[in-house]
Amino acid sequence: MWKLSKYIFYDIVRNKVIIAYTLFLFIVSLLLFNLEENSAKAILSLLNIQLVTIPLISMIFATIHYYNSYEFIEMLLSQPLSRSRVLWSEFLSTAASLILALIIGMGIPILLYSSNADSFALLLTGIGLTTVCTSIAFFASVHSRDKARGIGIVLLLWFYFALIYDGFVLMILFNFGDYPLEKITLLLTALNPIDLARVSIMLKMDVSALMGYTGALYKEFFGSFSGILYTGGIMIMWIIIPIYFAVRGFNRKDM
Amino acid sequence: MIQIIGLEKRFKKLVALNGIQAEFSKGQVISLIGPNGSGKTTLIKCILGLVHPDHGLIKLNGQSIFKDETYRTKIGYMPQIGRYPDQMKVGQLFQLLKSIRNASRFDEELVEQYQLKQIWEKPMNSLSGGTRQKVSAALAFLFDPEILILDEPTAGLDPLASELLKEKMQREKLKDKLILITSHILSDLDELTTHVLYLQEGQIQFNGNLEDLKIQTGEEKFGKAIARFMETKKASPYVETI
Repeated sequence: MWKLSKYIFYDIVRNKVIIAYTLFLFIVSLLLFNLEENSAKAILSLLNIQLVTIPLISMIFATIHYYNSYEFIEMLLSQPLSRSRVLWSEFLSTAASLILALIIGMGIPILLYSSNADSFALLLTGIGLTTVCTSIAFFASVHSRDKARGIGIVLLLWFYFALIYDGFVLMILFNFGDYPLEKITLLLTALNPIDLARVSIMLKMDVSALMGYTGALYKEFFGSFSGILYTGGIMIMWIIIPIYFAVRGFNRKDM
Repeated sequence: MIQIIGLEKRFKKLVALNGIQAEFSKGQVISLIGPNGSGKTTLIKCILGLVHPDHGLIKLNGQSIFKDETYRTKIGYMPQIGRYPDQMKVGQLFQLLKSIRNASRFDEELVEQYQLKQIWEKPMNSLSGGTRQKVSAALAFLFDPEILILDEPTAGLDPLASELLKEKMQREKLKDKLILITSHILSDLDELTTHVLYLQEGQIQFNGNLEDLKIQTGEEKFGKAIARFMETKKASPYVETI
């Protein structure tokens, strides 16, 4: 599995999209650190950028990569390799190359300008979010035969997680404000990996003013540390569950 | 060597394979022939384990192939369209497959004849379609497998490359290997083929050796024999699926 992942990884890191993504992150991070006087503010701005770009780029790139590799995957499956091994290798190398782009693009500026715990938490959350989104993208692509449909599904998911979901939660909070909603809100946040990433960074940085309703709730409910553990745990579930079902679907699929 | 027993496969409403019963053995060169959408590719994909049949069994040397994937060490497959990772170099692709197979003996005849070493350091996306076909062909023969499955092998190859490939197949045939070919270019298959499997709408219409087909249709040439056979079966143009 590692051998195969290695070769696929070498191929992906030389992909133009990945290189452009790395440069984009690098330039944006440098600009933000230079423009904002306070590095904590820069990190919050970076967080906002991260929460939009990472899911979008990771999901679309992983989906397109999967469909472009379809014939190659077919060829690999005609070799004495099990299906799970082939899909896991594809997943690991796609996630690894996106993570490498993030570490170089965002990690180097962080090291240069603000190497403190908060920034590393930001980077770590970014890595988690990348893996979650790659996992979701693989789930969507394995289960739809058509490329256009796969990309469409992934875009819809992104749209839903990044934009619609918040509106949905706000609507519930607004309409049912008279009831005790604390626990439901905690659950609702866990259902959206992007919200989860946001909350965990807010908890780490302890910026209650920016935490919003859910962030404050988390703080009240768990305190900072166990709150981070909880969000981390849920993030891991978000990685494992989609890729597990992707592998299961892939094993049963007709190529 | 390969035994196919009551193989059935449906894609939603379309019946791709309907009760396929066949046996292939060593030293045979089998031409899989049939109109588009007759189930040729599906049959090949079932043997390779790429498509899971709804019913039926495929056995290789008496053992079911559905249990594990190690049987594929015996098979060399050349796909109809070979697409490889864009930035992977030709040499890397060969290295990767060698490390997957864990083999020690390689048959690099086609690598030399196609002069692939000259493009060893080139990335895959810089190669033309025909060159990629050459790479696919060389890979199929690389591990000296007992069974060769070639899906439209000569489509896209230039006349010289296609001649080299045919000569290679001829040599492998003499080494007592089992070769399965699908092709629409029947003149390519004339000297090679020993057996014919004619599929139509997922059913076998003819399965036997070439001489029988020629006698049955009263034609000398393979192409004409098949054309005559298709006429009698009134092959309906069908939509190609998967």
